[in-house]
Amino acid sequence: MTGYRLRSGGVVDRTQPLRFAWDGTRYTGLAGDTLGSAMMANGIHTVARGFKYHRPRGIMTAGVEETGALVTLGRGARREPNAKAPAVELVEGLEAWGQNAWPSVRFDVGRINDVMGRFFAAGFYYKTFFGITGRGTGEWMLFERLIRAAAGMGRAADPADMRAGAGAGAGAGAGAGAGARTAGETWDLAHDHCDVLVVGAGPAGLAAAEAAAAGGADVLVIEQDFEPGGRLIGRADGVEGQPADTWIADRVAALHRAGARLLTRATAFGLYDANVVGVFQRAPDANGAGPSGTLRIVRPERVILATGGLERPIVCGGNDRPGVLLAGAAERYVARWGVTPGASCLVATADDAAYETAATLAAAGVAVTVADVRIGAGGPAREAAAAAGARIHDGMVPVRVAGRWTAHHAVQAVALGRVADTDPERPKAPDTPAPEAPASSARGGALAGTGIATAAIERWVEADCLALSGGWSPAIHLVCHRGVKPAFDPAQGAFRIAEDACPEGLALAGAADARADTADAVADGRHAGETAAARLAGRPAPRARPGVTAPTAARLYEVRWRDGKTKAFVDPQHDVTADDVRLAAREGYVSVEHMKRYTTLGMATDQGKTGGLVGLALLAEATGRSIPETGITTFRPPYTPVPIAAFAGRARGADWQPERLTPLHDVQAEAGAVFTDAGRWRRAWYHRRPGEGIETAYVREARTVRESVGMVDVSTLGKIDVMGPDAAEFLNRVYVNGFAKLPVGRCRYGVMLRDDGIVLDDGVSWRLAEDRFWMTTTTAEAAKVMHWLEYLIAWRWPELRVHVASSTDQWAGIAVAGPRARSALSRVVAAAAVDGEALPFMGIVETRATVAGGTVPVRIGRVSFSGELAYEVHVPAGWGAAVWQALATAVAAEGGAPYGTEALGALRIEKGHVTVAELDGRTTLADAGLGRMASTKKAFVGRALMAREGLLEESRPQLAHVVPIAATDAAPAGGEPGTQADAGLTTEAVRTRFGGGAILCDPTAPGGVGGRAGHGIGWITGVTESPSFGGWLGIGFVEGGPAAWEGREILVREPTVDGGKGRETRARVLSPHRLDPDGARMRA
Amino acid sequence: MMQIHCPFCGPRDQDEFVYVGNASVVYPPLDAPREVWCDAVFYHDNPRGWVHELWQHVHGCRSFLVIVRHTVTHEIASVRLAHPGEAAAMAATAPATDPAPDAAAAAPAAPTTAASATAEAAGEPPVRVEPAE
Repeated sequence: MTGYRLRSGGVVDRTQPLRFAWDGTRYTGLAGDTLGSAMMANGIHTVARGFKYHRPRGIMTAGVEETGALVTLGRGARREPNAKAPAVELVEGLEAWGQNAWPSVRFDVGRINDVMGRFFAAGFYYKTFFGITGRGTGEWMLFERLIRAAAGMGRAADPADMRAGAGAGAGAGAGAGAGARTAGETWDLAHDHCDVLVVGAGPAGLAAAEAAAAGGADVLVIEQDFEPGGRLIGRADGVEGQPADTWIADRVAALHRAGARLLTRATAFGLYDANVVGVFQRAPDANGAGPSGTLRIVRPERVILATGGLERPIVCGGNDRPGVLLAGAAERYVARWGVTPGASCLVATADDAAYETAATLAAAGVAVTVADVRIGAGGPAREAAAAAGARIHDGMVPVRVAGRWTAHHAVQAVALGRVADTDPERPKAPDTPAPEAPASSARGGALAGTGIATAAIERWVEADCLALSGGWSPAIHLVCHRGVKPAFDPAQGAFRIAEDACPEGLALAGAADARADTADAVADGRHAGETAAARLAGRPAPRARPGVTAPTAARLYEVRWRDGKTKAFVDPQHDVTADDVRLAAREGYVSVEHMKRYTTLGMATDQGKTGGLVGLALLAEATGRSIPETGITTFRPPYTPVPIAAFAGRARGADWQPERLTPLHDVQAEAGAVFTDAGRWRRAWYHRRPGEGIETAYVREARTVRESVGMVDVSTLGKIDVMGPDAAEFLNRVYVNGFAKLPVGRCRYGVMLRDDGIVLDDGVSWRLAEDRFWMTTTTAEAAKVMHWLEYLIAWRWPELRVHVASSTDQWAGIAVAGPRARSALSRVVAAAAVDGEALPFMGIVETRATVAGGTVPVRIGRVSFSGELAYEVHVPAGWGAAVWQALATAVAAEGGAPYGTEALGALRIEKGHVTVAELDGRTTLADAGLGRMASTKKAFVGRALMAREGLLEESRPQLAHVVPIAATDAAPAGGEPGTQADAGLTTEAVRTRFGGGAILCDPTAPGGVGGRAGHGIGWITGVTESPSFGGWLGIGFVEGGPAAWEGREILVREPTVDGGKGRETRARVLSPHRLDPDGARMRA
Repeated sequence: MMQIHCPFCGPRDQDEFVYVGNASVVYPPLDAPREVWCDAVFYHDNPRGWVHELWQHVHGCRSFLVIVRHTVTHEIASVRLAHPGEAAAMAATAPATDPAPDAAAAAPAAPTTAASATAEAAGEPPVRVEPAE
């Protein structure tokens, strides 16, 4: 027999059926159901398979603490694995699937692992797969792949489906926000504020919220369930003289009237510094349209944690069978959903609260037997249960659970035994008195000692359901996120937060602070709410905190069968047994943190919410220590899993990193340019002609620059206006070379260092006026340089009268380069303005350019990156396209063409100019071949530390050209510029290519590697097909530089990704300054 | 996740700011000896407790701010503009009667007693350190 829906009862709507599918079969639930209650109502008792042993598992709880019923929701891009069935709201059309089983959870071949169980004990990976054949790590690597394939729970959303969703999303939702729909989902991020945040809308939370709102506070209530009320929902007994459901409705109405907000389906998953609370709110319909969820960062003034309690199981043999669940959960299924977990139920308890379960189930027609470890305990609740028809066995504990072979080993009967407290083998905790027989007072009494009992089977009770209660632990996870250490309360048998340990602004209320009784919880909640409102108003707490009813639970964590061995699970989700914990202790994992990691206890998605404390108790017993001595593992966020996508929110794709387009983007795109990413920028990579690919196009473009003239978009250069009477002094301190005496109308190349003497960036600064400079930076470091200059002004030299402002986006920039550059430029601006006299090398001029329809202002500097006669033409961004078009016509008339970043790179590699690939944060001036730029006549940033010994060594890697042997032979060093290999690459040329990132080795060194650290003598930072030298050309760093290596043969190695030997190319090191070393061309 | 009260922009999320460095470091003149610069750049204290830090409101007004922060609790005791001229100008233009909640931000204040509520938060109150130079 299995679970079924009762004819009446529960707060489900029997007139509103909801269809859902489980493993492809259609079922019907009711509005108000969870997936768990609907499955139970349909008699589905095996819903999952264990992690290691693949034993059948059923529903074990009624909430997020679920340890058994893990399922996968949805499919494709919206598949969500490891959902906890009792925490999933049932919605029309919900699809759920069994997981961690093949072919299905009803019949799973992985069950063989259960038979092999003794091989899968704690730490079995580490023991089993090391050293069988003595191959050590290599062997582990082999087995690890097999283990990985077999491990894991569920499958994440399918990446292929997510990509398909991306395409559809981009197509359907053009414009803002389209990028956020890439996985067919949106996730929102909200920043929220309130006076009082109440976590939990159970009896204590609702009372607290109502009281705080009545005291004038702006209140926000967070409830993880889709209904407020917590364990009161559907309960028959009254609260404060009202039926429970009326009481809940009245509180919610009062909150609404007071303007308080109540968020359901929302979990406070983390509590952070300054009491910031992370809240994740799920959308009502997991399969519906709209955002899937919202992440809220809430900044309350005060927080009340009314997070309730979590029931502990009693660990015993076979306690993972379908049909075993927590007593409080059994009650909730009957009271809230009108579903019983079975037709006959054994309630095994160490606590009074389970008598309410017994009474509720018995009243619903279930045959109930109670086994209470205590004698004569239970009070009025016991009398009510007995009156409802429950049979009660005192002093009895569950020893073994027997299952039936025909129904996935679901519960058939439970063996009961009597506690053998005088067992001489039982270790005694040093700080507790010797175990004594259970007290027989009317209220029961704590079972002193370890809480671990040994019993022989005395009788069997037939039942298809076993409800366990080992007492309740306060849910203290959130306050522990603040670093507060909980203290063990022997009276409760659980960890609590001492009142004076609670951080300022934070209070626990109700069952979260061991006030499990409903009346206690409500009174405590009201007090917490009143206190919060009073403190906000600057008043002291209005009254003392109400007292608490004495606890009733005996300490009972585990029952061991005296006469045999069975698997007894402490953490059913990770398949950790009680014996695993003891094995870990025997093997020396006596620290609770080590035991946790060795056995993986409490490391599954439920994070040990129910069994974690039991595991500690077992470790304490096994090591002869008390529970406080053993300690507790650290609780960390999140309380329940939060989708990573929710943290990303809408900040995905282009909504995360905006794409930057230059003012010249469209005009180049229309002319057929192909673009590439350069940081956040999109830059023209090459200007394709019919039949061309990148390999031929960039070589053609670079050759055009060398032979006639080319033009390239340089709008991405960082541009910073530096203004003020002390602007010259400022730059003089920033750059290693002098700027104080730079005349107005000239510009100068400069390099700046960090404090530690390493190169920060380089660029050209233009002196527009005595008190005004215009700095250009590299594209890559523009933001960093801006920040650096602002920092120097604000913090280091506040006395300097200088301001900086970014003007990168205000200007479009076009570099015109090549022997015909002046001729081309003269077609657009007055020839007199750019002739050699008006505009010498490193001169600047502000003039006007003639474009279609008139003239526009331009700022021209004679700056060369390519090594040719070259000009940078800067124009206000809005006129950029017009000037580009005018220049394109002029350049074409001179036989030239536009070029892209690939050709730009080729030209600068030939010239030996450095970029961010070389200035990578490790490079000194000398490394980059710029050592002589540093002024000896003035102080500048980085001057002191650039002279550290380690930075002065001649053996440091220094800039060099690296040329394959075949290419050197074809075009020896210093050969005629313009010597070119055929555009169609020969077989020989292909064989003698190497890529960026390749490692340079010394073939004469032992092992053929060499270098100061034995890792090689350098590396390649850039490569190109060289029109000027012919063949392949690399730039990079070689230890000792060309001075040590010029002309010598080295080996270029390109290791493969998987660690293989990779390609090797013989090469020679040459000076990087071979192209026009005197600068005659750029000064022409 | 910290909230920083920018003197210009008001309370803003930490995401808008970048940490710049240790504001207790006194940077020597540019022509100071290498050893002095080594101390300033490489040898910093890493205290448990109150520290003076330089931050920039990089996604806001771009002001540089001196923040007195507790390294255990992340509590912020005070925020002020780093540039003395800006700070003076701000003080001069602020209405004297303005009871802005972050008025205390202009000058470092003693940490609130809230910090000492947890055992770990107990520490030295912030020491007032003026910027170098």
